[in-house]
Amino acid sequence: MTLERGLALLFLMLAALYGYTAFFEMDANLPPFAKNSSVWPSTFPKVISAIGVFVGISLLMSSLKQSAEESQLLMSELKGYQYTPVLIFIVMMAVYALMLRPAGFITTSIAFLSIGAIILGERRYATLAIISTIFTVGIWYLVQEVLGIFLKPWPAFIAG
Amino acid sequence: MLEGILLGLQTAFSVKMLLMVIGGCLIGTFIGMLPGLGPMSIIAIMIPVAISIGDPSAALILLAGVYYGAIFGGSTSSILINAPGVAGTVATSFDGYPMARQGKAGKALTIAAISSFAGGTIGAVLLMGFAPALASVALLFHSAEYFALMVVGLSAIAAFAGNGQVMKALAMTLLGLMLATVGESALYNEPRFTYGFLNLQSGIGFITLAMAMFALPEAFYLMLDPSRSKSQSEQDSEIKDLRITKEEAKKIAPVIGRQSVLGFLIGVLPGAGATIASFLGYAVERNLVSKEEQKEFGKGSIKGLSAPETANNAACSGSFVPLLTLGIPGSGTTAILLGALLALNVTPGPRLMVDQPEIFWSVIISMYIGNLVLLVLNLPLIPYIAKILTVPRSYLIPFIMFFTLMGVYIGQNNAAELLILIGLGTMATVFRFAGYPLAPLLIGFILGPMMENNFSRSVQLFDGVSFLWERPMTGALLALAVFLVILPTLKQSIAARRERRRFTAEGD
Repeated sequence: MTLERGLALLFLMLAALYGYTAFFEMDANLPPFAKNSSVWPSTFPKVISAIGVFVGISLLMSSLKQSAEESQLLMSELKGYQYTPVLIFIVMMAVYALMLRPAGFITTSIAFLSIGAIILGERRYATLAIISTIFTVGIWYLVQEVLGIFLKPWPAFIAG
Repeated sequence: MLEGILLGLQTAFSVKMLLMVIGGCLIGTFIGMLPGLGPMSIIAIMIPVAISIGDPSAALILLAGVYYGAIFGGSTSSILINAPGVAGTVATSFDGYPMARQGKAGKALTIAAISSFAGGTIGAVLLMGFAPALASVALLFHSAEYFALMVVGLSAIAAFAGNGQVMKALAMTLLGLMLATVGESALYNEPRFTYGFLNLQSGIGFITLAMAMFALPEAFYLMLDPSRSKSQSEQDSEIKDLRITKEEAKKIAPVIGRQSVLGFLIGVLPGAGATIASFLGYAVERNLVSKEEQKEFGKGSIKGLSAPETANNAACSGSFVPLLTLGIPGSGTTAILLGALLALNVTPGPRLMVDQPEIFWSVIISMYIGNLVLLVLNLPLIPYIAKILTVPRSYLIPFIMFFTLMGVYIGQNNAAELLILIGLGTMATVFRFAGYPLAPLLIGFILGPMMENNFSRSVQLFDGVSFLWERPMTGALLALAVFLVILPTLKQSIAARRERRRFTAEGD
């Protein structure tokens, strides 16, 4: 299965799931007094899902017509990419998101910036540590102290 | 009126007021560069400061300065790292970022600054002349027309679709509309499409989606394909290329002229605002240029950069019309300004021009000064701002990602939003592999709620969908939308037919 076909199928399935929810599940939660209204919360989604299914089917049809050469061209382009750093970064961002609250903003951010740069080939560790620390503390100071948006800086056991 | 202008000049040109404008512009520019803090949040943060000044003219001038500064700052991050922090600057990144990639970051920023300046200034002139008259026209627009206007805005997607790609662009728009309906509905506050996740109840944030569609895939692409990041020395030499040549100035002058008027007019309509103005401006200019130039759009066309920047700023001036003359805020930002005005004991409305002319006119005069200050302050700073791009790749990529994560987090204060960001960003990257345009998704997401609300209101008022053909203006706008969508396909088939005819003629 080519990427084009897969994505067309994915879109069609999303639109169908969306439409199923809009047509068959949503109206059950409707308060009784709203039943007489000419427009329901599900009206607009129903319209979108109908158009969506139509667009999904036509995308799928055109992906079936796509010649083997075209998909080969795309595939060879995709094969030349370096996926490992991207996957590492996706995992790192997820860890960052989960650790941000328990470990605090300054700790997690310095770790994220330093590890990220090391993965991408930075080897001047001292410079890196200084830059990421100054940067993180600067941003934290701006957001927390100047703008007054609360950001917990340290892990719970330090801040108490 | 002349008396009023003189009074305004007198107020606005005092040393204190000039300092307010300069301070406001500087604060706005620097904070506006951080993705996640748009003009709305910056103004909201500055309100306590403004109120403590006490003098309503000074406070308004400060806030107006912050507003302009923030918009320019937002354009900067759109152009340099493809991270539009505000909906109004999304269209700026379409051509601004490719220009920066070609090493023309300085030039792109200069064009953005000049276009913003021209759009804002011309908008202010128009505001002075037409404010009272336009206010009454804007009242003629009902929810049915707004709905139609949103449809026209969405059909601008045709502008992003290349040959035979209209369906892909449509699919992304629909996906954006679907994502926009996640969360509580405006009607009866029913939670929709949350599938049991509590974190989806409040919907997906705009910043989250903007970062997931633009900044994250870009950072991923920089890693996937190392040849995309240029060597340092190569870029260094090109950044000095700030000046705009005479031909380029000639090229963008008509664009600026058209878009300041169009942007201003759209800005006057409450609810439409800078975002729609910038998308429409981009689409209009793309349709106006010749076929050769059309290919450049999205790849670093100076017209494509200048159009949304001009329209966006002209619309900001335009949005002051309903605020000052009717007391109706046309956008989130002007709504916050309205709050500040009320706190300062000023009630905007038809009486404002008569009762407190010095406030009305000093705000308008401060728009000129604000725009001028912005230009004078920022032009010399551009080479330094553009230096961001010479940061080596191993630093730039983690820092871009850190900025996206932080921008989303400080806006929502919710770690689950970060996971949504990562998921959507990964999905967007895969869609981009197959040539799906990502901008339509964001446009659908931004316009979706406005569109649904106006649609629902019209259906309720007319007890059905008869407004689609009963109101002439609605019908005309919808017809325009259909025309915009089929135009690329039509053009293509006409060209193909002509080609075939020539082929058969040669065959004879």
